[in-house]
Amino acid sequence: MELTESHRQYWQKNLNITAVLMAVWFVVTFVVSFYARDLNFNFFGWPFSFWMASQGSLIIYVVIIWFYARYMNQLDQEHGVAEVEED
Amino acid sequence: MAGMTPETGGGMFSASSNAAFKQQLNKVYAWYTGGFAVFVIVLAILEQMGLPRNWIGYIFLAATVLLYAGIGVMSRTNDAAEYYVAGRRVPAIYNGMATGADWMSAASFIGMAGTLYLTGYGGLAFIMGWTGGYCLVALFLAPYLRKFGQFTIPDFLGARYDGNLPRLIGILAAILCSFTYVVAQIYGVGLITTRLTGVAFELGIFLGLGGILVCSFLGGMRAVTWTQVAQYIILIVAYMIPVVWLSVKQTGVPVPQAIYGYQLQKVTEKEKALIDDPKEKEVIAIFKQRADDMGEKLKDVKAALEADKAAAAKKIEDLKAANAPAADITAAEKAQAGLPKDEEAAKKAWTAAKAANEARAKPLAGMPRHAAQFAGDPNGDQKAKDTFNTSRLNFLALVFCLMVGTAALPHILMRYYTTPSVKQARSSVTWSLFFIFLLYFTAPALAVLVKYEIFTVLVGTPFDKLPAWVGQWATVDPGLLSVADINKDGILQLGEMRIGGDIVVLATPEIGGLPYVISGMVAAGGLAAALSTADGLLLTIANALSHDLYYKMIDPNAPTSRRVMISKILLLVVALAAAYVAAQKPADILFLVSAAFSFAAAAFFPALSLGIFWKRANKWGAVIGMVGGLGITMYYMVTTQPWLRGIFGVTSPIELWYGILPISAGVFGVPLGFALIIVVSLLTPAPRREIQELVEHVRYPSRPGDVSTQVN
Repeated sequence: MELTESHRQYWQKNLNITAVLMAVWFVVTFVVSFYARDLNFNFFGWPFSFWMASQGSLIIYVVIIWFYARYMNQLDQEHGVAEVEED
Repeated sequence: MAGMTPETGGGMFSASSNAAFKQQLNKVYAWYTGGFAVFVIVLAILEQMGLPRNWIGYIFLAATVLLYAGIGVMSRTNDAAEYYVAGRRVPAIYNGMATGADWMSAASFIGMAGTLYLTGYGGLAFIMGWTGGYCLVALFLAPYLRKFGQFTIPDFLGARYDGNLPRLIGILAAILCSFTYVVAQIYGVGLITTRLTGVAFELGIFLGLGGILVCSFLGGMRAVTWTQVAQYIILIVAYMIPVVWLSVKQTGVPVPQAIYGYQLQKVTEKEKALIDDPKEKEVIAIFKQRADDMGEKLKDVKAALEADKAAAAKKIEDLKAANAPAADITAAEKAQAGLPKDEEAAKKAWTAAKAANEARAKPLAGMPRHAAQFAGDPNGDQKAKDTFNTSRLNFLALVFCLMVGTAALPHILMRYYTTPSVKQARSSVTWSLFFIFLLYFTAPALAVLVKYEIFTVLVGTPFDKLPAWVGQWATVDPGLLSVADINKDGILQLGEMRIGGDIVVLATPEIGGLPYVISGMVAAGGLAAALSTADGLLLTIANALSHDLYYKMIDPNAPTSRRVMISKILLLVVALAAAYVAAQKPADILFLVSAAFSFAAAAFFPALSLGIFWKRANKWGAVIGMVGGLGITMYYMVTTQPWLRGIFGVTSPIELWYGILPISAGVFGVPLGFALIIVVSLLTPAPRREIQELVEHVRYPSRPGDVSTQVN
């Protein structure tokens, strides 16, 4: 099965969005935690890094996955690789 | 529950039937949730009318287990696609709920808030690790595995890496991590059943086991999926109600997640006060004195033991001579009988006593300050700096292992085979994390609210005015909660209370002053969490053996009915084996659970993700990468973890690499796995053309002329 140009573009775009989202994930998870002691300012009562680890990062994770699903579902349509049988 | 047994058996579905099926599910579960609410309200009314407490426990246990069994019976099946992947028609939102229940084990429900209570910021590694891992699932694995569309994770390894050897390693690794995990779940089931009804621990295990088995045994993945949805609803309701109540009681706001920052501030202030409190210092000094005494004794065990024996004998003699009351004499004789038998025993007992006293001779009963990020101090002396760096490194390493492990546990990945399409698999991960998020978002709030209650209400209470729940839990298990007036001032100091993490969630309703029916509901929620995870894990192990080992490797011509039957028999055998191990109460269960994550991370994640994203990865790369990654992880654990060292008889001194604790051993295994797969693949020939086409195939949800790899 030969790949068309559109297929190649689809995969490239998938790799790009995956890389971007993973970068966000990395910063939120590891960079913020690494500097946790320095990010200690008051944020609605919480020290900021405590809030990030207990709530902020979780919200961002859900958004990352939600955005990826939405983006990829659109990309499927644009490049004609979406499945036919759907509800 | 007609919605759970749709007529068609095959894998084909039309657009209209999918939508109709989902609507039917909505209706069934709406009725179910309403029914559960009515059930709890009726029980609450009965409690007010004088229904005894242990009856409430029995009714909760019997009703929920019967409910799960009922769903299992209604979903019974012998069809392979139904049995292994629930017919691939689970809508994204319901698969999300089922994954949530599958994912959240006894450790999440019961243990997490307790860990956060005891460790503060350090415990947040679990919160981040166990949620952030779903980003990896969503971006690297779930949609591609769904497109591949077979039954198990070893299926993918066998097809992608062209042979039975990678499949076999996959089977072994899947069993290794799932079995360690399922033992912990069954242990949790036994613990809760015992609390709820007062039966013996071993009996509790087998009662719970009945609930697990009747469900997965009859209906495989189909029954497990619909039961897990039901269990999710119970567990999330049971988790939320006490926290919301506590929040209203303390702050007047019913949204604990939004408000507990201010409670955290108050806890932090109180911590300062407690650290400087002279009474607390008194208690610490007493514990320190006791530890020093033990240290003194340990210097010359023989002499100290003889002195102890002589003193005990003399005391009895004196009492007798003074004609003391019989009770005093019996007590003295008991003390004499309790002395260590020989030097060996004395040394062991005193070393343990010294460590226990040292652990309690610390400010805040040995807990770090709740909001303090990492131990040590980056601006302090060299020792404080080192402590800080090691603590920070271990936090990051633990987060890494838990995340990658999440994205590699077979019982979770398997769930994404059950959705109707790739598109639904993607949104199913969103729903999974959303439903998990609800609980993980709340656990840190619960920990802070309970801490506030204990620091400000309980500490400083005279001993004779302590609330009733303290005494009740202390009698259930002194290991979970014990109080003793160490400095004899008649008032409870923080240092005089010892609290186990597992009690925090279970006791919250009582701490908040809620009726007992809520305590029963929380225990039922914990049971639901443990049962649902155990179901998924048992199914993974049985499928690895029956589908991958027997059908794919030993007898590829076996008819469907025999495969399903063998899977059912194996399920029974594995469940009994796990129950047997759990009944031995293995020493370090929490460690075992975390170890499963490191094992899964090192064994599966590199091979799975490179298998999809790098066409050049080949059989030998995967084989050596999986064995090497898993090997180094196990080696590191066996040589550094005290309990495993004991089992394997390792006596060499403990050498930590970069100060990484054994719980995070996967931090070495994962990179090594990646490196080995890449290097070995490049040194050996590229995979066959058909394999490369398989990789192309899973990357696109649908292509013209697509040849399906899905098995129905």
